[in-house]
Amino acid sequence: MNSISCADGQPMEAILERHPREEASLIQVLQDVHRAYNYLPCDVLVQVAEALDVPVAKVFSVATFYKAFSLDPQGKTIIKVCTGTACHIRGSGQVIEEITRQLGIGPGQTTSDMGFTLKTVNCVGACAMAPVLIVGDQVHGGVKPAKVAKALNQEGPRDAH
Amino acid sequence: MRIESKAQFDSAVRSAKKAAAGRKLDILVCCGTGCLANGSAKVAEAFAAEVEARGLAASVGLFTKKTGCHGFCERGPLVVLKPSGVLYTKVKPEHVPEILDKTVAKGEIITKLLYKNPATKKPVEQYTEIPFYKNQTRVAMRNIGQVDPTDLEDSLAHGAYAGLARALFHKTPEEVIAEVEVSGLRGRGGAGFITARKWRAARKAAGERKFVLCNGDEGDPGAFKDRSIMEGDPHAVLEGLAIGAYAVGAHEGFIYVRDEYPLAVVHLTLAMEQARQRGLLGKNILGTGFDFDVKLSRGGGAFVCGESSALMRSIEGKTGEPRQKYTHATDRGLFECPTVLNNVETWADVGAILEHGGPWFAAMGTEKSKGTKAFSLVGKVKNTGLIELPMGTTLRHIIYDIGGGILDDRPFKAVQTGGPSGGCLPESHLDSPVDYEKLTEAGSMMGSGGMIVMDDRTCMVDVARYFLSFLVEESCGKCTPCREGLKQLLIIYDDLVAGRGKAGDVARIERLAAGMQLGSLCELGKSAPNPVLSTLRYFREEYQAHIEQKACPAGICRDLTAYEIIPEDCNGCHACFRACPADAITGEPKKAHTIHQGRCIACGACYTACPTDAIRFFPKVALAAAASGQGGAS
Ligand SMILES: Cc1cc2nc3c(=O)[nH]c(=O)nc-3n(C[C@H](O)[C@H](O)[C@H](O)COP(=O)(O)O)c2cc1C
Ligand code: FES
Repeated sequence: MNSISCADGQPMEAILERHPREEASLIQVLQDVHRAYNYLPCDVLVQVAEALDVPVAKVFSVATFYKAFSLDPQGKTIIKVCTGTACHIRGSGQVIEEITRQLGIGPGQTTSDMGFTLKTVNCVGACAMAPVLIVGDQVHGGVKPAKVAKALNQEGPRDAH
Repeated sequence: MRIESKAQFDSAVRSAKKAAAGRKLDILVCCGTGCLANGSAKVAEAFAAEVEARGLAASVGLFTKKTGCHGFCERGPLVVLKPSGVLYTKVKPEHVPEILDKTVAKGEIITKLLYKNPATKKPVEQYTEIPFYKNQTRVAMRNIGQVDPTDLEDSLAHGAYAGLARALFHKTPEEVIAEVEVSGLRGRGGAGFITARKWRAARKAAGERKFVLCNGDEGDPGAFKDRSIMEGDPHAVLEGLAIGAYAVGAHEGFIYVRDEYPLAVVHLTLAMEQARQRGLLGKNILGTGFDFDVKLSRGGGAFVCGESSALMRSIEGKTGEPRQKYTHATDRGLFECPTVLNNVETWADVGAILEHGGPWFAAMGTEKSKGTKAFSLVGKVKNTGLIELPMGTTLRHIIYDIGGGILDDRPFKAVQTGGPSGGCLPESHLDSPVDYEKLTEAGSMMGSGGMIVMDDRTCMVDVARYFLSFLVEESCGKCTPCREGLKQLLIIYDDLVAGRGKAGDVARIERLAAGMQLGSLCELGKSAPNPVLSTLRYFREEYQAHIEQKACPAGICRDLTAYEIIPEDCNGCHACFRACPADAITGEPKKAHTIHQGRCIACGACYTACPTDAIRFFPKVALAAAASGQGGAS
């Protein structure tokens, strides 16, 4: 169980080292695993269950309960559209439609080249700039459908190489 | 160096204040989330680089600070010069040399960067003179925007931990609780429970191991005050927790931070390390023998985890399902130990109350709701941002005097408070004072302080549907009334907005809502019908229009709405053509344009884009009527 290494070259062991080996660490461990792999691979979940001495079913129940976790591989760049109340009434629905038109994916989906995953979130706490779009780490405020292409492209070239 | 006595604390504060006073000028660059998105990090870098290159730090004592959110997010990036108080808005890196050349070197004001009062059209120099700021009273947010949240010395210079020192050196735990009781402080996270009562119960509860928790889940969409406090003044949260721990006899604490708030995690973590180094957290705090330390717990992105029993399960590493409340958390909470849970803002108030005294806090506010309250003012209002006001301020004052009125001067329709557990209040409530009781009476609630302003282009049936779809996703599914009730309600609302509403739908909605209020396990389900019931209470005619006329009066429900261009009013500016995402508009520049109904998706982008109001919307049923040769609209 110490043979698996994570995407950033960090062994699974290192993640487990950082937390006490008890049930209370489960969410924090899964968060670290998610950060390293960009999703929660099934075999790693089994390892986590063993390491923390928690039933596998319990690990899956936690992994599927929280929105922050994905059991499917995700695109290189995560696009988050805020659908919180402030963003909803300022037109976040139109932003999603425009992204779908441009990339051919709906919320929760990933482009076939694994470039982008589109997600919706319930408020990112930047409500004063609604509607808010986050591409990778870049936060865009006051987004109109016409500004979507530019926001996506900024990420595009950096991703290409 | 660790501070180990009252004398050492006083001298640490004195030297921090002296260092701050010794600087000629502080340049405060807002690095809150809003300003960061507008590029404030580059502005701060540019200041730091220019100050360095010109050697200004040493020669004139110039200091660039990255601060938390100044609140006026609409105008970011914001730069405040202290002590003069000049506020520059929408600052770009290229403005930096000019600011240093003119304002810093010669005291000249750069008018183009000043905020212009839209009412008087005059530029305003001092930020304290801007209506948005002038009308505020800041307690929980006292240091946000003033201090560098990554620098404990700066916080000490601004009074951080003075409340903790007063508690530990001058008061017994009972006296601390009494002080908080006098202040009248009630929970800022939703229900408004009396804080001192909670603390006293936990203090009296049996058990050696006790916890104090900070609820930083801030799940209400449209609210971001907790984010700004955790990011902009993390020491205020830590100070409050330490005081609370001392009062109830706890030695361990957790801060539960929402998944979407990574910067809050960074700043809190750093603040905890710095506080430990100076002996403000950890063993033997300030040399008094009191031990207390805090851990951070990151949420997993589930709304229900803001609920107290679910939050505790989540910290324990479990799924965040609420429990039936046979016992209070103050008796058996986290890990079955007596636990006090308070909201971020509640904790931030505690330090100020201990520093300035309970009576000072109680002098503000209304009879039953004391002190001040932070709100995020967002939606269709001119000045969106973060504000803090005495309880009892009227909605009209907040929306019109501070918020500057409705965006594009459109008519006001409603203001939503309390998130998915709250409701929408109509114009007739604009003059009612905002406090816990008044909001609840009106069918809404205080919640996390989100205030979402809505104009005539907001459909109240759609808003209710929006909250239902939010809650369907977020219901943990443990109890049937909440899980199934929400689903059934959403089905009815999907029909309403699609023109399939039937007679009897309103009665069905009310019956389902009553059942959920009665039978749900936790407050999520019990309060879930609030958005539905408040829109029915104040905007029933909109429901009738959807059901009887198959019309959406606000023109938002797409299946019910059509758009057309009024040829006489169209000057052919082509703006609608460019705005249309569906290629449904044709027309040559300078000539009247046309919308092709077959292709139009009724998104309303053209309506918003048109500068001459030449586009109108009307119920889609009129199209069918016209097609079948009975006349009506085009
Ligand atoms: C569904 C649900 C979500 C909640 N979300 C939050 C939240 O995000 N932040 C918060 O402080 N309180 C939230 N609460 C209220 C908490 O249960 C609790 O009452 C509060 O944190 C206590 O702190 P206070 O007394 O300082 O307000 C929520 C309650 C419910 C039922
Ligand atoms: S509602 Fe979108 S950021 Fe808050």
